Amino acid sequence: MATETLTLGKALNTGLRKALENDPKVVIMGEDVGKLGGVFRITDGLQKDFGDQRVIDTPLAESGIIGTAVGLAIRGFRPVCEIQFDGFVYPAYDQIVSQVAKMHYRSQGKVRIPMVIRIPYGGGIGAVEHHSESPEAYFSHTAGLKVVTCANPQDGYSMIQQAIASDDPIVFLEPKRRYWEKGQVDVDAPLAEAYPLHAARVARPGTDATVLAYGPMVRTALDAATAAAEDGRELEVIDLRSLSPLDLTSAYESVKRTGRCVVVHEAPGNLGLGAEIAARITEECFYSLESPVLRVTGFDTPYPAARVEEEYLPDLDRVLDAVDRTFGW
Amino acid sequence: MAKGDPGVTSRGRRAAPRSKRAAAAGEPELVQLLTPDGERIESALGPDGTEYRVDFTDEEYRGLYRDLVLVRKLDAEATALQRQGELGLWASLLGQEAAQVGSGRALRTQDMAFPTYREHGVLYCRGIDPIMPLGLFRGVDQGGWDPNEFKFNMYTIVIGAQTLHATGYAMGVAMDGKTGSDDGEAVIAYFGDGATSQGDVNEAFVWASVFNAPLVFFCQNNQYAISEPLERQTRVPLYRRAGGFGFPGVRVDGNDVLASYAVTRHALDTARHGQGPSLIEAYTYRMGAHTTSDDPTRYRIASEVEAWRAKDPIARMKAFLTKQQIADESFFTEIDEQAKAESVHLRERVLAMPNPEPVTMFDHVYPNGSPELDEQRAQFTKYMESFEGSAH
Repeated sequence: MATETLTLGKALNTGLRKALENDPKVVIMGEDVGKLGGVFRITDGLQKDFGDQRVIDTPLAESGIIGTAVGLAIRGFRPVCEIQFDGFVYPAYDQIVSQVAKMHYRSQGKVRIPMVIRIPYGGGIGAVEHHSESPEAYFSHTAGLKVVTCANPQDGYSMIQQAIASDDPIVFLEPKRRYWEKGQVDVDAPLAEAYPLHAARVARPGTDATVLAYGPMVRTALDAATAAAEDGRELEVIDLRSLSPLDLTSAYESVKRTGRCVVVHEAPGNLGLGAEIAARITEECFYSLESPVLRVTGFDTPYPAARVEEEYLPDLDRVLDAVDRTFGW
Repeated sequence: MAKGDPGVTSRGRRAAPRSKRAAAAGEPELVQLLTPDGERIESALGPDGTEYRVDFTDEEYRGLYRDLVLVRKLDAEATALQRQGELGLWASLLGQEAAQVGSGRALRTQDMAFPTYREHGVLYCRGIDPIMPLGLFRGVDQGGWDPNEFKFNMYTIVIGAQTLHATGYAMGVAMDGKTGSDDGEAVIAYFGDGATSQGDVNEAFVWASVFNAPLVFFCQNNQYAISEPLERQTRVPLYRRAGGFGFPGVRVDGNDVLASYAVTRHALDTARHGQGPSLIEAYTYRMGAHTTSDDPTRYRIASEVEAWRAKDPIARMKAFLTKQQIADESFFTEIDEQAKAESVHLRERVLAMPNPEPVTMFDHVYPNGSPELDEQRAQFTKYMESFEGSAH
């Protein structure tokens, strides 16, 4: 097993490189993905090695990126589209929701759109507006799309390859503030042996309360669990990984043991993933719950100015505060 | 070349001066090869100096006439089916037969078409059974067919969205190295005058231009986007928009099947040889309603419709065939009877279309399925079964 220490950004870059190597039909397209290597350098060096027919700098129009990728997919290509920032995906919303998501359904299975839409998302990097949003609920709400998000370099490396290999259209959310965090990545393991794409995973076992998180909030939840352990409370942290479909099998099992559940995400709470998760946990674990499922989320405001984003974003203390409240019920 | 074809005797003659032709047509720079009276024009110049002409045999002329009549008759049958409650909706192509048959017949076998929801005539010319899109309008399916099997994409209802799909597909053609020869592939994107205001169409223009995609943008300007006249979409003739994007544009008489064929064939051949995209504005008129849900008497006057009726695409072709003795009354009668028989056949099959089983609504949401949906399907099935044997 050849493990390397990679940042999440480099792990994604390495995974994309593998996908380009393994399938000549894979094409990467987006704004600045070529010579520049993307504004976050996730496609760094790929155009140099695979050429401008495989790694395509597109005109600056998001609907055009997704719409032309639909045509390429009908032609038999496997487009991997980069949307530069979360807040810029909305011009492509129609193409994603009305075209990408529905082609397989309305064609009765005759048309497949094996497209991956990569979106760096979430806050915490001190950015100007439209650069810190969490649009996962919009896409998770849309039948026909699958939505996944990675939380660590190993998952970044394997999940991007699994998403590209999948015939489902997949919105692939990358927690941009975690791009520079490092971890061990097994770059030689066969993709077939990787942890399943649409499955949640226990990131830290525990006995006293269950914390569900995904993407950028997994690190926050793990930090909270470390702090809680110092106070003698063992939190079980589950990384959901797949937001559509949701895999709550391990969450149900966990909550039935702990009786307490806190869901954490950066996106606003109103009608967010946490609402759906809380409803399902309540349906499945009603007799095991010692308290209601609580949510720790961004507030129902537009993403605020960077100098107050630390207060907007869920952090270790807000997670622990919610855990405390589940015990005070 | 058959006797009586004006193309033989006048071949090589220069087209009339542009100013004179424009005055005669009453529209600027309109490529026309067959006048509303059925007079044949040997050749016509496009705005960039391209000379357009056609070279049909008598059999081919008669074939185009047959297409026009059949397409109109099948369309009328679909309208009747909607009126009788057998279709939920129908978007009639009445008046646009020449633009669709001309461009549809200009496609070569290997070419790919991306239609709106009104290209029933193009579909017919692709050799596709006209029953195929009727499931969509009857409400028994979503209009699902394999675009690659028929070289004809599924109908697209969101205005202009398919122009981007066509552009991407055309980029793929070029990436596959399928341009640069007579056997090259070309792609055609259909849309209307209203769609030219859409961002997607303008983005498609940009993309096709900078990637030099083998693509023909075929705009049927039928003068109305439901109720809104062309003046609400543009202050310049639509074909001139192409210039700003960096490729040629041409306006053709969309009620002239010969000119529609000529300009489309030229544009497709240019594209398949790797010489980039172009825009065709087929100047025509929607003689009927936008769809069967629309009432055009609320927004346009009868005299306007009558003026366009005088430019009817089928009447002018019939006049031409008659004058040139390419076809006689027995031929026209035979075609009418064939059209009637095909429409009866279509009707019978529409009435026989079964409703889908409700549980099939869960099918094909994802190629790889979804455990969440599997569970919903199971719950729904159980719920439905709970009614068995009851009053439901």
